[in-house]
Amino acid sequence: MSEHVHRDDFGARLGMWLFLVTEIVLFGGLFIGYSYMRYKYPMEFHHGGAELNATLGIINTVVLLTSSLTVVLAIVAIQRAEKKRAMAFLGTTLALGVTFLIIKSFEWAAKFHHGLYPNAPHLGTLPPGEQVFFGLYFTMTGLHGLHVIAGLSVLSVMLWWVATDRVRPDRYVHLENSGLYWHLVDVIWIFLLPLFYLAA
Amino acid sequence: MTTHAATAQPSYLVDTGKRKGLLAWLTTTDHKRIGVLYLYSMISFFLIAMGVGFVMRLVQLTTFQKLITAQTYNALFTLHGVIMIFLFVIPGLPAVFGNFFLPILIGAKDVAFPRLNLASWYFFMAGAILAVLSLFTGGGAPDTGWSFYAPFSLKTGTNVSLAVFAAFVLGFSSMLTGINFITTIHRLRAPGMKWFRMPLMCWALYSTSWIQLLATPIVAITLVLVILERFFGIGIFDPAKGGDPLLYQHLFWIYSHPAVYIMILPAMGAITEIIPTFAKRTIFGYKAIAFSSMAIAGVGSLVWAHHMFTSGMSNLATLLFSLLTMIVAVPSAIKVFNWVSTLYKGSIDFQPPLLFALTFIFLFAIGGLTGVMQGALAINVHIHDTYFIVGHFHYVMFGGTGMGFFAALLYWFPKMFGKMYSKKAIYVSWFPIFIGFNMLYFGMLILGMMGMPRRYYVHLPQFHTMHVVATVGSWFLVLGLLTYFGTLLYALFKGPKAEDNPWGGVTLEWTLPSPPIQENFETIPTITHGPYHFEQESK
Repeated sequence: MSEHVHRDDFGARLGMWLFLVTEIVLFGGLFIGYSYMRYKYPMEFHHGGAELNATLGIINTVVLLTSSLTVVLAIVAIQRAEKKRAMAFLGTTLALGVTFLIIKSFEWAAKFHHGLYPNAPHLGTLPPGEQVFFGLYFTMTGLHGLHVIAGLSVLSVMLWWVATDRVRPDRYVHLENSGLYWHLVDVIWIFLLPLFYLAA
Repeated sequence: MTTHAATAQPSYLVDTGKRKGLLAWLTTTDHKRIGVLYLYSMISFFLIAMGVGFVMRLVQLTTFQKLITAQTYNALFTLHGVIMIFLFVIPGLPAVFGNFFLPILIGAKDVAFPRLNLASWYFFMAGAILAVLSLFTGGGAPDTGWSFYAPFSLKTGTNVSLAVFAAFVLGFSSMLTGINFITTIHRLRAPGMKWFRMPLMCWALYSTSWIQLLATPIVAITLVLVILERFFGIGIFDPAKGGDPLLYQHLFWIYSHPAVYIMILPAMGAITEIIPTFAKRTIFGYKAIAFSSMAIAGVGSLVWAHHMFTSGMSNLATLLFSLLTMIVAVPSAIKVFNWVSTLYKGSIDFQPPLLFALTFIFLFAIGGLTGVMQGALAINVHIHDTYFIVGHFHYVMFGGTGMGFFAALLYWFPKMFGKMYSKKAIYVSWFPIFIGFNMLYFGMLILGMMGMPRRYYVHLPQFHTMHVVATVGSWFLVLGLLTYFGTLLYALFKGPKAEDNPWGGVTLEWTLPSPPIQENFETIPTITHGPYHFEQESK
């Protein structure tokens, strides 16, 4: 069938923003749950937060913020038709994203080592509020981690598309949209950091 | 209105690409074909769920029966609810008529993201298949009811996880459709198609899309939490670990109440298209209807806890939610008054779509008014979890959305398929539908007032008479529905060719040939006036 050629970059960005709204509401449900539980168990959340490694959390924040910057730089480079530089910045973003996941996995491993995971015998002996705290911690950072992985996959495709000129100076809305998604992943982390790591 | 000049371009039903037949349909990005794909799948699901409902009514023919076990009965009402809600009523009108007609009504060639549109249909089918799989795998068919309330949904051995995941996937389909429609309305209106020149169906779809966008992710995350709770025991809904089952109810209804408006708003939109066409005059109160759609979407998002008046909330909360519930009745009533005022002094051309549209208004009025009753706190305590609730929401969802769907199908069928159905047969089908419907669901309202609890698979002798009335009603209803669908199916194959404008409508779809050509418009029209501009009026 004859597909009409239709291109609307503004429409594509609008669609992406609407999608980001759904993502924010998705996490919004968890934030509602978090606020209710924290209101119910202020002391337990304080103790739970003390178990988390704030230093690693802050390092990860810096890593993720920097990766957001490099995405923007990649878009600027494409706009200026500097393909190699755009690819270098995208590569840096990917590397930083992977770094984030590695640090995260060390944190999770430490929690598992200390028996602080849902259904763990040790966690079962702690007060109920702390059990909920760690339930939420794993759910929210886990879901965020999945978003990081999704973002990295999308950005890898973008790197490939830049390399094969499917993303080019006159046509880069896909890269822009991927960048928007990556910023969202970043923004959500900025909320997760104080809610969990700085809760103590 | 003149008939459309013979066009050189083939209709959208003809395969012109490399792929032919079924494969061409399964890979199509044409919004019209996708709408038809949805139509066929949804009517199939509807008939299955109707059969399940039919069996449930049969079970109630005896006070103590041994036809099926209690566990099977639980599975049946869960299945009936899940299929009807998630596979028919929620996606119903937007996915079928929204897809088919939204671009045409605003003068566009397709939706903003055609490939995403096809992906939505695949998500829909994947969700449907997962829902069916959940019946036969794991611990057996879920027995929680369609609302998957914690803590029971966390503890039951049946296959809740897969059913919940199916609903999650279906939510994705709904969200992506919402994104697509909003972008389409913002970006693809034809030149001169200003916001207040759009047909009101578009306003209804626009408000619906916003609810789909803003509410669906909440239920998505809630269902994910149920799955995580079942597999890993994260504890957020489990009181033993400090969680709170009431939080589940809140999160669930934050989506699922607005979802009621996802169901009803597009049906209202379709009714708003039908009434001016058969009254042959412009709609009364265009802006009031447009804004009432947005108001329903807005206020309707703030009333969810009226499902939880007996769940243990503070008095202040129940009071506020009761008040907001009453308020949401206002924009709905505005629409009803506008429809009736449009008919007043119109030159009414009585045709099957109008008959079903009027049926919609009648049944929806009963559904809406019984809804206000339940919003009142004192009455709610008495009728909570009784057949009254079941009767009420069938009046709204079936009498409202269902009849709206049937009316819309009658209205647009000639345009979609280029075939005309037998009007006589449709009139004949209407009588058993209307009589059976009211016997069945008004019977339920009475049963609920008498105290018959919902979801029980046996009943006490004092409820027996009304149960028999309701069951006999269900036979009439099924008979009428089968006649209705049979008539349309016959018309699809053997019906005479439909005219381009069989009803004398004036919105853009009636300027196209029946069925429309692949690109809808040979040249994009320029719009110079409002949508319901009837010639005899302007004289």
